[in-house]
Amino acid sequence: MTLTEQYIAFKGIVIKEVLRFARIWVQTIVPPVITMSLYFVIFGNLIGSQIGSMDGFRYIDYIVPGLIMMAVITNSYANVVSSFYGSKFHRHIEEMLVSPLPYWLIILGFVSGGVARGMAVGLAVSLVSLLFTHLALHNLLVIVSTVVLTSMLFSLAGLINAVFAKSFDDISIVPTFVLTPLTYLGGVFYSISMLPEFWQHVSRINPILYMVNAFRYGFLGVSDIDIGQSYAIIIGFILLLYGLALYLLKTGYGIRK
Amino acid sequence: MLKSSLMNHALSIENLTKTYANGFQALKGVSLDVGEGDFYALLGPNGAGKSTTIGIISSLITKTSGRIRIFGHDIDEDFSAAKRLLGLVPQEFNFNVFEPVEEILVNQAGYFGIERKAAFARAEQALHQLGLWSKRREQARDLSGGMKRRLMIARALVHQPKLLILDEPTAGVDIEIRRSMWTYLRELNASGTTIILTTHYLEEAESLCRHIGIIDEGELIENSGMKQLLSQLHMETFVLDIREPVQALPPAITDCVRMIDDTTLEADISRGKSINFLFEALSQHRIEVLSMRNKTNRLEQLFVHMLENNAGNTATP
Repeated sequence: MTLTEQYIAFKGIVIKEVLRFARIWVQTIVPPVITMSLYFVIFGNLIGSQIGSMDGFRYIDYIVPGLIMMAVITNSYANVVSSFYGSKFHRHIEEMLVSPLPYWLIILGFVSGGVARGMAVGLAVSLVSLLFTHLALHNLLVIVSTVVLTSMLFSLAGLINAVFAKSFDDISIVPTFVLTPLTYLGGVFYSISMLPEFWQHVSRINPILYMVNAFRYGFLGVSDIDIGQSYAIIIGFILLLYGLALYLLKTGYGIRK
Repeated sequence: MLKSSLMNHALSIENLTKTYANGFQALKGVSLDVGEGDFYALLGPNGAGKSTTIGIISSLITKTSGRIRIFGHDIDEDFSAAKRLLGLVPQEFNFNVFEPVEEILVNQAGYFGIERKAAFARAEQALHQLGLWSKRREQARDLSGGMKRRLMIARALVHQPKLLILDEPTAGVDIEIRRSMWTYLRELNASGTTIILTTHYLEEAESLCRHIGIIDEGELIENSGMKQLLSQLHMETFVLDIREPVQALPPAITDCVRMIDDTTLEADISRGKSINFLFEALSQHRIEVLSMRNKTNRLEQLFVHMLENNAGNTATP
């Protein structure tokens, strides 16, 4: 395929993926907004007012970036895992496999769909958060780059989960038993400086900690982690997962007999 | 630079083998060539290896060994050019049933790098040709079985492939739609598209195809022209419906005619032998023939005979 054809094909996959989640916006955009609104009310206003300040900020201001990031992570992952597994289950992934699309372009198309949903949900949750607090903007570039890179990473993770999945149950195991605990323990609700030293070291194994802190830095200018280190970890994971996804598609694992 | 001999083949398969993870050997070294512009029937009983062959050609199944070229382009070394020339209508529905009909075609065109505006124009053309234009805004799940089959053909043609492979395209389709699909496929072939067809309706293969390959137990047991193949048939059986019931057959024809019931006869006639003697004998005994038809499709007779032979050859004592 020529570069122009590849661009057209890429655009086609992205349009398809965006239309897919946009058509069912009540199932894809509204639920995270409602969930996060409840977090804002309960943890931010009701309980948060009793907690006082965190790293010199009101508690609700401290947790809002982490909650937005939590919505971005879960939704970018959910978008690709359900879309890719659905296309495997209903066999319309074959439409792509019989075409001249290179595998990297298939990955890029699905990941872009995941990023689009992550950004859409992130934006919606951010707008709702304005009802509860005013969002400070310390560094817009860090905010945008972190959210794009993080949603890329979790879109790739969702795609890999979908490749391995053999039933719809298999696509809910990782979000339930891995993603949610790691997100909750990733410094969304607290600063790891509050933890004993041993648990601070353990927390640093969790990649989500780096994303939440980089994102929080973009809003508040504070972070438990060095920003450069956060970017390195996120980009490192993206490269690792991209390599794995490409290998799986090339070998046909889970998609070809 | 492609060799000219390869360019004359729409499809060239060399020593194709496939062993599945469970150890089942689906293909045991299949080699065949399909000429450019041909209408080729790939036949075989269920589980013979037809769909595996098609799956490998279209990259849906990974081969164990062998080589496949589409218009001279190797599907491994030059997969982009090879796939661009190939259209596939699989046996089972494999489109997103929640997408509107037109969108399915436009998306498919997009995967081939066809710009969206041009894709809509091509989708319109294909939907008109297959009688689905009025259904373009409906979700695919709302189409009837016959419409879904036609949608798969339209989708396979939206990038205008030079080689179209149809895996049982008329399965479960009523006779009227089947015949309209035959007409369409004949026109498509006449316009230059090479077509490979698998079907269990042997009448369909005999009516449409010029060449035929028969796969059985993972091996190609026949590969020849339809006329040459049918010429191997030594005997044809005809069924005759007669007006008045008869109690016994005229002695002159008892060696080749049987009574099925008192108004139905069956006659075995050697190929090339005149059938007039039969009518003369029946007329002499005032037996009036109302109608006559082939008992079985000619290709079907041969097909069954070849499979029986193959089973005899491969059976272990």
